[in-house]
Amino acid sequence: MWKYILKRIVAMIPVLIGVTLIVYFILSLAPGDPVRAMLGEQSTPEAYEEMREALGLNDPVIVQWGRYILNLFRGDFGISYKTKTNVAVELAARIPSTLTLSFFATTIAIIFALPLGIIAAVKQNTWIDGISMFISLLGVSIPIFWFGLLLLQFFCLKLGWFPASGADTWLHYVMPGMALGFHCMASIARITRSSMLEVIRQDYIRTARSKGLSYNKVIRKHALKNALIPTITVTGLQIGSLLAGSVLTETVFGIPGIGRLMIQSIQGLDYPMVLGCILVFTLMFSIVNLIVDLLYAFVDPRIKAQYS
Amino acid sequence: MNENMNNTNEFALDMSDLVVEYRTEDGIVQAVNGLDLQIEHGSTLGLVGETGAGKTTAGLSILKLVPSPPGVIVRGSILLDGEDVLKKTEKEMEKIRGKRVSMIFQDPMTSLNPVMTVEDQIAEVIEIHNEGGGKPLEKAREMLEMVGIPGERGREYPHQFSGGMKQRVVIAMALACNPMLLIADEPTTALDVTIQAQVLEMMRKLKEVQNTSMLMITHDLGVVAETCDKVSVIYAGRVVEHGTLEDVFENTLHPYTEGLFNSLPNLDDRKAKLKPIKGLMPDPSNLPAGCVFCPRCNYACEICAEEKPKRLYRNATHYVECHLYNEKNILEGGVIGK
Amino acid sequence: MITLNANTPARDTADITKKYKKKSQSAEVWHRLRRNKAAMLGLVVAILLILMAIFSSTLYDYETQVINQDIPNRLQPPSWEHPFGTDESGRDILARIVYGSRFSLSIGFSTVVFALIVGGTLGALAGYYGGMLDNILMRIMDIFLAIPGTLFAITLVAALGQNTINLIIALAISSVPGFARILRSSVLSVREVEYVEAARAIGATDARIIMQHVIPNSLAPVIVQSTLNVATVILTIAGLSFLGLGVRPPQPEWGALLSSGRQYLRDYGYITMFPGLAIMTTILALNLLGDGLRDALDPRLK
Repeated sequence: MWKYILKRIVAMIPVLIGVTLIVYFILSLAPGDPVRAMLGEQSTPEAYEEMREALGLNDPVIVQWGRYILNLFRGDFGISYKTKTNVAVELAARIPSTLTLSFFATTIAIIFALPLGIIAAVKQNTWIDGISMFISLLGVSIPIFWFGLLLLQFFCLKLGWFPASGADTWLHYVMPGMALGFHCMASIARITRSSMLEVIRQDYIRTARSKGLSYNKVIRKHALKNALIPTITVTGLQIGSLLAGSVLTETVFGIPGIGRLMIQSIQGLDYPMVLGCILVFTLMFSIVNLIVDLLYAFVDPRIKAQYS
Repeated sequence: MNENMNNTNEFALDMSDLVVEYRTEDGIVQAVNGLDLQIEHGSTLGLVGETGAGKTTAGLSILKLVPSPPGVIVRGSILLDGEDVLKKTEKEMEKIRGKRVSMIFQDPMTSLNPVMTVEDQIAEVIEIHNEGGGKPLEKAREMLEMVGIPGERGREYPHQFSGGMKQRVVIAMALACNPMLLIADEPTTALDVTIQAQVLEMMRKLKEVQNTSMLMITHDLGVVAETCDKVSVIYAGRVVEHGTLEDVFENTLHPYTEGLFNSLPNLDDRKAKLKPIKGLMPDPSNLPAGCVFCPRCNYACEICAEEKPKRLYRNATHYVECHLYNEKNILEGGVIGK
Repeated sequence: MITLNANTPARDTADITKKYKKKSQSAEVWHRLRRNKAAMLGLVVAILLILMAIFSSTLYDYETQVINQDIPNRLQPPSWEHPFGTDESGRDILARIVYGSRFSLSIGFSTVVFALIVGGTLGALAGYYGGMLDNILMRIMDIFLAIPGTLFAITLVAALGQNTINLIIALAISSVPGFARILRSSVLSVREVEYVEAARAIGATDARIIMQHVIPNSLAPVIVQSTLNVATVILTIAGLSFLGLGVRPPQPEWGALLSSGRQYLRDYGYITMFPGLAIMTTILALNLLGDGLRDALDPRLK
């Protein structure tokens, strides 16, 4: 098992390097001139040249990227064009907000999604199923930022139950977590329902019934664990889009996380910062995927056998 | 040797006039159509017929596990040692399933829960019915040994077993609570031929030890010859011929039974051509008005298309439903083959 | 052991029922789809939206009614004259939403077509030829898929510069890996099927096998994925515009409308309400249609 984890972590490295390569080249295509933006329009040509040289922008892109990767292995994410601060320090300061938000959203999503999906499957084609699936469909279809705005308008501005902006207490995360988690919840509920329906039809469910187990017990003891396998996959994928969605949520609710930092950096042509943000998101996503694969082994002995 | 000996009723299973329908959007499928089955305590009845004849539905009805919707048990009675299961509540049924009656399903590959150890799955049935003196896991391992699997392999998962081993596990599970009746739904169809014989032999032995009655559902007359005391031939959800092995094998009455025998290769005369039954099973949502076998029957006459045949007895154990017979000629052994 | 051949009758029955109901496959899919009320609702709404996008220039004049500012009439609540009210510059919100469908739908559809062609080709090649080519292509796709969701599109738009073409390119590139994977796996599954091996055995060329067998068999998942992908892309465009990275105001893209209405949220909630509803209705319709298509194309899954 530990060997497998180690193997997976090692396998992450080339992917992350690939991501930096792609993003680095894309950003090098960007039309704006960060040096001009840093120094202002009135700077002397000498100062301008000096700055470009200092930032290494006169080297070929591939050399710049190589330097970036080497620095990265030393934990150096570069210096922000805009604030001249260390990117790593800035990222470290922002990560907790994004992690908290993602944690709130994921928790809310899973807590509501599993019961909703299971009940819908068990009561297939009844009004309970209908309502659960309508809520889920709504969740898949509603834009995160609009739902966020609606929550903000109603619960924060009108009722004043929650603060409208900032990230100081856990209360600040409730509404953003709802906005972000709803979409994720909907997808998980839908897959839970369909995999549950699939499992209920399996022969081993009939076997379990023929042993004298009650229907509810069969669902709990036999069906649920089997239905979780596809649910875990989808949850992992959903966390990917949840991370991307945190960009929107952080913007709506003014949470100082990585997502908001990324948008501000894009607007300010602060490319080292943008790259750093993307790397952090990708790393988070990769770790989530690893956790998902480990959870599989926990649930399914057939997969566990492959890992050892 | 055990409680199965002191039963009050003659029959372990006495099913009469069972009608089961599947009601779907596309119409009503009459899966079981006035079925009568009787099994004496400790004996084995073979239920033989083609795929789609309603054999599995009949088996599931005994446990009241016909998938519903769309399945509906319309009428009839299923007496288990004198008690009608159709009058039992779901709670009472849970006490019967796995304890008084258990069932072995066709495909061992899919009958076991892939994420649960084998011994846990066996122990579960023991625990539900409070057998094994408070040590369900120990009893589970004992059961494994009984079907020829080392007890310590109980900690493994189904994917670590071969098809034949899985079916042994299923059998161990079915017999763990010493049931009065075992329903075996094509227990060997999915297995290799060499394994089939082993599994059948083992089932026969275990059943004898426990004095369990058995309903052997199969399409294989060979299995019937090896394991059964009596046989009911089912066609379109109805018994068309019933008797002891000798009755049915030596004095075949129904043209359909004859057709089943003719579809078997003959080892003594290998040049003889197989004579398959022409045509197909009738559409179960639109059964013929007269004899259900009429459209495929080589002997059919006018009356066959119009009137349902009545049941006629050749002797106390052997009966047939066919217009070829009347009270006189049936005693002579029928017309088939003459 | 002697055995009756129990399989033959069942197979014959299937053949005969097929003969009785000799319908083309697409007719059968349509028949199944028509019985699904939710999917039909989705289809009707989608068609209405397309018609709205096509005829928006007939209904409203872009210069005078959609982007022309009319400050005295700003922030009017919904009325007979302005059913959805007016925005912060006095423009009729209904007119802007109707016109906005053009952006969402045209960008959505062209992105998916573009992504389907590129991703589909790559995936089909990888699946059909396998080996090195497959390995390299799929590792590259893995790298793209490692970046969560829309972040890649955001970066691309930022780098390429904000215009409609770049937006389509950015969104398409981030949709490519999804299509590549689907095509690859359905090609892989078809490649091993016996009738394809039979076709190869009688000397059919690769091109012929791809055209005759692989493409028709990949159609079902591709149709479903395309429908659902249009929905995702429309949602992403709106998100990008909301962040100020997509379609720029005063062009009436739905996400941009939401973004500019944000500051009036407390007192003039309707400015954000109607564009939000428009996005949701569109996505809902496409999702209903996509789900219905999936059920109709693959009845086993239902």
